[in-house]
Amino acid sequence: MVAIVHGLTGGALIGLASAMLLLVHGRIAGISGILGHAVDTDQGRTFRLGFLAGLVVTGAILAALQPSAFGAGVHSLPVLAFAGVLVGIGTTLGNGCTSGHGVCGISRWSPRSLVAVVTFMVTAALTVAIVGAHA
Amino acid sequence: MKPFVLAATAGALFAIGLTLGGMTVPAKVIGFLDVSGAWDPQLAFVMAGAIIVYASLLRIIRRRAVPLLADRFHWPTVHAIDARLVGGAAIFGIGWGLSGYCPGPALVSLAGGAASAIVFVVAMIAGMVFARRLDHARG
Repeated sequence: MVAIVHGLTGGALIGLASAMLLLVHGRIAGISGILGHAVDTDQGRTFRLGFLAGLVVTGAILAALQPSAFGAGVHSLPVLAFAGVLVGIGTTLGNGCTSGHGVCGISRWSPRSLVAVVTFMVTAALTVAIVGAHA
Repeated sequence: MKPFVLAATAGALFAIGLTLGGMTVPAKVIGFLDVSGAWDPQLAFVMAGAIIVYASLLRIIRRRAVPLLADRFHWPTVHAIDARLVGGAAIFGIGWGLSGYCPGPALVSLAGGAASAIVFVVAMIAGMVFARRLDHARG
């Protein structure tokens, strides 16, 4: 029950933050896109750097207040580095990740996002089934 | 100053939501993806909560002609469902399943996730730069 409440409340905050970005800045809250274009010199730079600063600084504050809310990776650092490269390449080619396609895209009933979400859910679940959930 | 502060506030709320939802614990994310094993359903509720709130507010925000602090809404302009989209999403999913990190939670975990998150984020940025270089090289 606690997991359900935390999940729904956490999700609601994510939805609220994404709606705020749309209402104020007119932008989609897609983290991979915001990070990938962080230092582009167009007019979106202020919102991107502000949003990223909010994410990282708040993460640091939460880590100091509640260290148990954060976990280390399950697999070794070389595996995590390889996974990071895949996530960077994949989200750039696919134009989005769990937030942009998963939350914002599904909410707009974007066919492109629906295809992306089904695809990455399937390959992620297959990866865990093959590699295993533990080190 | 105001656009930066409001964007940072949205980023802060987003970070609290991810952390409260358990997405900053890679073992939990992998547990959610482990559908054939000891499945942990919590992240389904995170997705549901986010989509319900965003989809509801979207209906209201869409009635506006322009955003509060920008001259227009930047809706996605790419609509093609092609090999690039499916291939990219497939590659992203493999990396997500291997690590338990997607981009948002990895950034939020930079301070609290020890070396794991730092190594992951540096590699992710390298992957993004590599993919964009490849794009520019192909024109």
